[in-house]
Amino acid sequence: MQLPVINNAASFPHPNPLPEGEGANEALRATSKSSGCSAGSCGSTDDQMSHLPDHIRDKVKNHPCYSEEAHHYFARMHVAVAPACNIQCNYCNRKYDCSNESRPGVVSEVLNPKQAVKKVLAVAATIPQMTVLGIAGPGDALANPARTFATFGALAEQAPDIKLCVSTNGLALPENVEELAKYNIDHVTITINCVDPDVGAQIYPWIFWNNKRIKGREAAEILIAQQQKGLEMLVAKGILVKVNSVMIPGINDKHLEEVSKIVKAKGAFLHNVMPLISEEEHGTYYGLTGQRGPTHEELQALQDACAGDMNMMRHCRQCRADAVGLLGEDRGAEFTLDKIEAMDIDYAAVMKMRAEVHAAINEELESKHKAKAAPKLVSIEGLKKAATRPVLMAVATKGGGVINEHFGHAGEFLIYEASGEGVRFIGHRKTIPYCEGGDTCGDGESALDVTIRELAGCEVVLCSKVGYEPWGPLEAAGIQPNGEHAMEPIEDAVLKVYEEMRAAGKLEAKPETAQKAA
Amino acid sequence: MALEIIESCVNCYACEPLCQSKAIYEAKPHFLIDASKCTECAGDFADPQCASICPIEGAILDESGVAINPPGSLTGIPVQKLAA
Ligand code: SF4
Ligand code: SF4
Ligand code: SF4
Repeated sequence: MQLPVINNAASFPHPNPLPEGEGANEALRATSKSSGCSAGSCGSTDDQMSHLPDHIRDKVKNHPCYSEEAHHYFARMHVAVAPACNIQCNYCNRKYDCSNESRPGVVSEVLNPKQAVKKVLAVAATIPQMTVLGIAGPGDALANPARTFATFGALAEQAPDIKLCVSTNGLALPENVEELAKYNIDHVTITINCVDPDVGAQIYPWIFWNNKRIKGREAAEILIAQQQKGLEMLVAKGILVKVNSVMIPGINDKHLEEVSKIVKAKGAFLHNVMPLISEEEHGTYYGLTGQRGPTHEELQALQDACAGDMNMMRHCRQCRADAVGLLGEDRGAEFTLDKIEAMDIDYAAVMKMRAEVHAAINEELESKHKAKAAPKLVSIEGLKKAATRPVLMAVATKGGGVINEHFGHAGEFLIYEASGEGVRFIGHRKTIPYCEGGDTCGDGESALDVTIRELAGCEVVLCSKVGYEPWGPLEAAGIQPNGEHAMEPIEDAVLKVYEEMRAAGKLEAKPETAQKAA
Repeated sequence: MALEIIESCVNCYACEPLCQSKAIYEAKPHFLIDASKCTECAGDFADPQCASICPIEGAILDESGVAINPPGSLTGIPVQKLAA
């Protein structure tokens, strides 16, 4: 019997491992899965994707924001052209970017539409893997329709091979649907934190509506109605809608399950529950009043509860609004205003080059699909019958769906859950790379302490190499370091380790040190 | 009769397109109101539009120099926390 790999996004034709070099390439080719992609770390399963009509599946393929794996090979970029906003969220400080998509406390450089277009063309020429451009604040893209649409219009004309996406709080969405439909819009993200105005009144202190500032419950009621109406109108137009929700413990955490059901019923194609990030220094209402964000466990439990047969997105990193590049990286510094001013771009030639890169990607996909038919590498007999408890494992990777990062260099770990059902991607946790962290990071906590704290609940950490020094403290914290699966595909390695644990009789009872693992 | 934008303005552009009198203009280091053009929206709207969308408490003053949106009035953050 073969274990299925849960939660992979096989039905996007998967991008090829261009930037990863030969090793990763070979490893990926060798991989085969009973279902789907080799690094099935995306927020969706075959089945969840296969219900989508072809034209939609075609639209989402290679989209770095939809799948963890695509994120490793394809790049997205955002430009900040629309800093105005028409509402206030309690997790946002308007001196910074819109916290609905980026991490709070970040300031992005605001460009005018002309500069933004130039920057996009420059990035497209330099990073051909860049397939998606988003306008995601600071501010609300649709509170600034003139600036947003000037940018989209110029790009649709000059760079038709770039997909456009837009994020909004939804207040001005209904009146802009008609206009949005004119452009090459790939998808719209609406941040929907509630469908109940009493909940909304605790999240939104005011909105600007019909030339007035409106506060309290009435404000939330209008916002919610506009969000739902906008969602329905977009779906009716055949425009893809992703819904973002910020999980705020004690305020909308329980409520988001209902939100998830409703937006799914209305046709949203993906739901992304993000944790509230709330620190006093952000100067937000929540930060200053001590509202905490969810723990990893709470977030995972809610994502699981919302999942059902809905596509959940688990890898969103809440990138900076002006981020450029592949997963976790930001090459924004290469594209500052003076640098792009100096670039002279012949986009016709660039587009040709991009088309070649994309064609190579498609070829790679073909070979990957063929590889799928090959015999499976990992096959675990009888695992399903023996009731074994699930185990969380952390993985250090630079991308390519393989274990190829040293423990000490990892700035983030991907978290996988292995169980009798198979392997699924849970999320990612950021940390300070052990080798760069110095002795302490301010409050007496070492980089290793931070990593150990971030990996709470994990019983294994898989990496290409791990030094002698962190070994002891990791083990003491109940996290088994493991460098034996370097360059192996992530899911295969996780399954192997799980099987070893089962064989060693470690899966019957919960170990004391990792009680949160289940 | 005119409103004024002061240095706490974060240059978010929200007010500029709303001004029917075209009194608001982009400037360095922050947006400004042309006092000769500003009508305080009298006759057009019940409330001055710039001060109704501005997210920054204290950024817009009325003609007597008083903040239209005083500390805490928009974010709901308790004033003693703001000071800290
Ligand atoms: S929609 Fe975005 S910019 Fe506007 S208040 Fe909310 S988080 Fe801030
Ligand atoms: S009060 Fe009205 S007229 Fe005066 S600057 Fe503000 S929006 Fe313009
Ligand atoms: S709305 Fe307020 S913060 Fe924004 S540009 Fe106008 S005065 Fe400045």
